[in-house]
Amino acid sequence: MEYSFTTFESLLEICNKENKRIYEIMQEKEAFDFDKTVEEVRNKTEKSLKAMKEAIKNGLKSKEKSISGLCGDDCYKLLGRYKKTGSTFGKIFEKITTYALATMEENLRMNRIVACPTAGSCGIVPAVIIALSEKYKSDKEEEINALITAGAIGYIISAKVAMAGAIAGCQAECGVASAMSAAAAVQIMGGDEKQKINAAALALKNILGLSCDPVSGLVEIPCVKRNVFMAIHAITASELSMADIESKIPPDEIVDAMMQTGQLMSPLLKETSQGGLATTKTGILINKNLSNN
Amino acid sequence: MKQRSLFDIISPIMTGPSSSHTAGAVRLGLMARKIYREKPQKVILKLYNSFAQTGKGHGTDKGLMAGLLGYNVDSNKIKNIFNDAALKDIEYRFENEQNIERHPNAVDFLLYGKINMRISGNSIGAGNIEITKIEDFTTKISGELNTLILFYKDKPGMISRVSTLIQKENINIASLDCDRDAKGKTASMCICLDSEISDSIIKKIEEIEDVYFVRNLKRLED
Ligand code: SF4
Repeated sequence: MEYSFTTFESLLEICNKENKRIYEIMQEKEAFDFDKTVEEVRNKTEKSLKAMKEAIKNGLKSKEKSISGLCGDDCYKLLGRYKKTGSTFGKIFEKITTYALATMEENLRMNRIVACPTAGSCGIVPAVIIALSEKYKSDKEEEINALITAGAIGYIISAKVAMAGAIAGCQAECGVASAMSAAAAVQIMGGDEKQKINAAALALKNILGLSCDPVSGLVEIPCVKRNVFMAIHAITASELSMADIESKIPPDEIVDAMMQTGQLMSPLLKETSQGGLATTKTGILINKNLSNN
Repeated sequence: MKQRSLFDIISPIMTGPSSSHTAGAVRLGLMARKIYREKPQKVILKLYNSFAQTGKGHGTDKGLMAGLLGYNVDSNKIKNIFNDAALKDIEYRFENEQNIERHPNAVDFLLYGKINMRISGNSIGAGNIEITKIEDFTTKISGELNTLILFYKDKPGMISRVSTLIQKENINIASLDCDRDAKGKTASMCICLDSEISDSIIKKIEEIEDVYFVRNLKRLED
């Protein structure tokens, strides 16, 4: 179908009018825009989903270091704790945190991942979708539904803000990934379309201002651990939204605020590694040590 | 403007860690290889600015080389490319440069073999690339559309001859850009096409008098 939407409001309107889910509208739009069948769109999504699962599986088994040697064994450490005592917050927390780490660490080892929406934020969406799908015993189709739902959220935000730390800080990478995941979580938990969009809005609203200040210009510090935090952030948003706790600021206005915040953010905090964590005493030292190698 | 896709958000399936510094690097290498067309004997890679500063930690050097050898962004060969058998008989070296006039993620491929060629490009974010120069000619190659590149002796009527041949196949021209060398003797055409052009038309274009160089560059796979 020929649908046109660039805002959450228009997407929700279409969903209500057609009595369809977000993922249905999105997959039909994609098929129409690119001369494909809905089945082809879903197959392509499934390919990404498979690559995501593969990365998690491999990442859970590895403690190989990244190229720089800075990161790589956090997932191993966390699994060690869970094996001994378990997480205070239960199985689902264990899964989300380790899946996010596993994926990001695979990324740093130059192994295969899915950029979603970017490589630096690749751990968040898979961690939330796969962990929740395991809990709810969702089938493959429902996982695809969740991933397309997540994609639709990113699609709308990126109509206004480019998904790049250099443009709008980490708001536009890990922040957006978290918003995408929050909506996907609501899809799996059985919420309605409004709750999905509201969950995304809540997640986004609570990361406004997140800067991008990676140490030594590498997608490692703070990016690896940030993926874990943003995955948990997403499920907080989904819980609130399932209880119909609504964002007082409408979703599209939050995107506007995010765009404006990105514009106001100093270039020193937008992927240039010239401020924030990158220029702390230790950040500078790490950078120096790496350049000497 | 390009139609936006769901798969701009969920994609690409790639080897990490960075879409601009790794996946973009591979795609630049792939495009350079398509333009050069064969395996070079010697390669010098000049990395500029952020590519030079943070390239190593992101595997930019590996990505560029892997692309040049024909591997795609999701290949598990990228990681160990410097031990790859395909690289055995190629002499190569990397040079790091600072130049504020160049894009933050810019590279020059200096390729030596049966012919020598300089190809320049940028990684412009999210794995997208642009080849900006072949030798001294400005080009606009993104790898998202099939692109036809031509160098020829600058004289009137060339554009219409080429476009007539293309239109015969009912292929839509998405964009057409021309450039001229400093002396005004040689000109270049860079034509982006909505579909694939047949070999027989390419042959006819190659046979046009005073056309020196033709490349039919197929779009890069996702
Ligand atoms: S801090 Fe910057 S480089 Fe790291 S994930 Fe966020 S946006 Fe990407």
